[in-house]
Amino acid sequence: MKDFMLIFRLKDVADFRPSPEQMQERMNWLASIAAQEKLVDKGNTLLPTMDAGRHISADQVVTDGPYTELKEFISGYIVIRTDTIDEAVEIAKQNPIFKIGGSIEVRELLKR
Amino acid sequence: MNNIQIVEDIASDTFLKASEHWAINGIPTNPEAWLYTVAKNKAKDYLKHKAIFDLKVSDNIRNAVSEENIFTETDERTISDSQLAMLFAVCDPVIATEGQISLALQVLCGFSVNEVAQALLSNRETIKKRLFRAKDYLRKSNFEIKELSSLQITERLPTVLKSLYLLFNEGYYSKHQDQFVRKELCYEAIRLAVSLTENNLTNTAQVNALIALMCYQSSRLDARTGDTGEIILFDNQDRNLWNQDMIDKGNHYIILATDRRQTSKYHIEAAIAYWHTTSEQQSKWSPILQLYNQLILIEYSPITALNRAFAYAKVYGIKEGINETEKLKLEYNAHYFGLLGYLYTDLDPEQAKRNYQKAISLSPSAPERQLFKKRMREIQGTG
Repeated sequence: MKDFMLIFRLKDVADFRPSPEQMQERMNWLASIAAQEKLVDKGNTLLPTMDAGRHISADQVVTDGPYTELKEFISGYIVIRTDTIDEAVEIAKQNPIFKIGGSIEVRELLKR
Repeated sequence: MNNIQIVEDIASDTFLKASEHWAINGIPTNPEAWLYTVAKNKAKDYLKHKAIFDLKVSDNIRNAVSEENIFTETDERTISDSQLAMLFAVCDPVIATEGQISLALQVLCGFSVNEVAQALLSNRETIKKRLFRAKDYLRKSNFEIKELSSLQITERLPTVLKSLYLLFNEGYYSKHQDQFVRKELCYEAIRLAVSLTENNLTNTAQVNALIALMCYQSSRLDARTGDTGEIILFDNQDRNLWNQDMIDKGNHYIILATDRRQTSKYHIEAAIAYWHTTSEQQSKWSPILQLYNQLILIEYSPITALNRAFAYAKVYGIKEGINETEKLKLEYNAHYFGLLGYLYTDLDPEQAKRNYQKAISLSPSAPERQLFKKRMREIQGTG
């Protein structure tokens, strides 16, 4: 078994506030992973507003915001446990985020 | 003498009495309940006896030893019900939690090793070892029922609640060979939980939520089995047999439980049980699914996963429900195949039968096997 972090990215800050239906879909997806005993950490949602994020560059210049002027911003993450990365990808594909043009990055966690 | 020894003595006394009594009068209709009642009475006799000793003799000794104890002793500290006091004593955090619960179920709730194993979704050998270690520890530490500090009571409360929850569940969904429902266990769990509300320290939101849950569920106790002990499922139950009194009590305790800022798994389960007491047939399923989503995120259990899949099917339809259920891959679980059998019934009768057959081969409960067989016959009848 390996642990994978699923990192969610959205394009539009407006999508950050889900409708009740979207919320229900997300919850169904998350609970379905838990029901398969594959959820390690239900993770967190990251606030996308300008005053809720700072970026510190290599020369320690601090800028505001979670870089939403870029194409995408990270909106949240969870950690799941599966046998293979392919299985993790299959689970990720069921997430309703793709309906609103979001994307998911699947990354294996380094086990210490 | 230590108490764990006493409890074991009471148990063997009870069996001795049973063998004498049953040889003369025949085996009672409900041997389990008979044993339970005898053991309880014996324990009460013992405790009464001991209480007198404590009152007359040991109190004097103790008070002489430390006088300041008298001032720090308040009503809050004493758990007045002797069975509860024992439960708190057994739930000692130096024993692993699973060990505490196993012990509580065995010595206080009268569970057999098999029943403990089933309640904790474990196997006989593991439970035996666990019980051995727990008892060994208690013997070595000169186990006795002491007054606990406020902190100790608060620390131990979650395990005590879990034990009561499992006691209730065993009564409600008995895995016992021949009985599907053992009411006496349900009522005992409620009685013990209600006595927790009599003490400020243990009158928590969780306790009230647990009582609400147990009351709501109990309201259907009489409707869940037929005249010959067969299982009657929710949709076929005679609503006139539902106990409105118990529903009202549930409503009373759920209000007390939501008065404070805590949402525990007992709150969520009570909320689900509440929806089932309403006359809503279809519209209840969407909120119930949302509650199951929350519940499975708090604590995984195969039963929760299966109930959630059932609610999913009710909200999104049979095909989606099957898809959601098959993801669970609970290939050792009778209810998993029972649910699949139910969901496949109209869609693919052959597949439904195959699933029911697997369910029958996996279920340890006779009434449950009967139910699966009945459903299989119904499919054969139509197809």
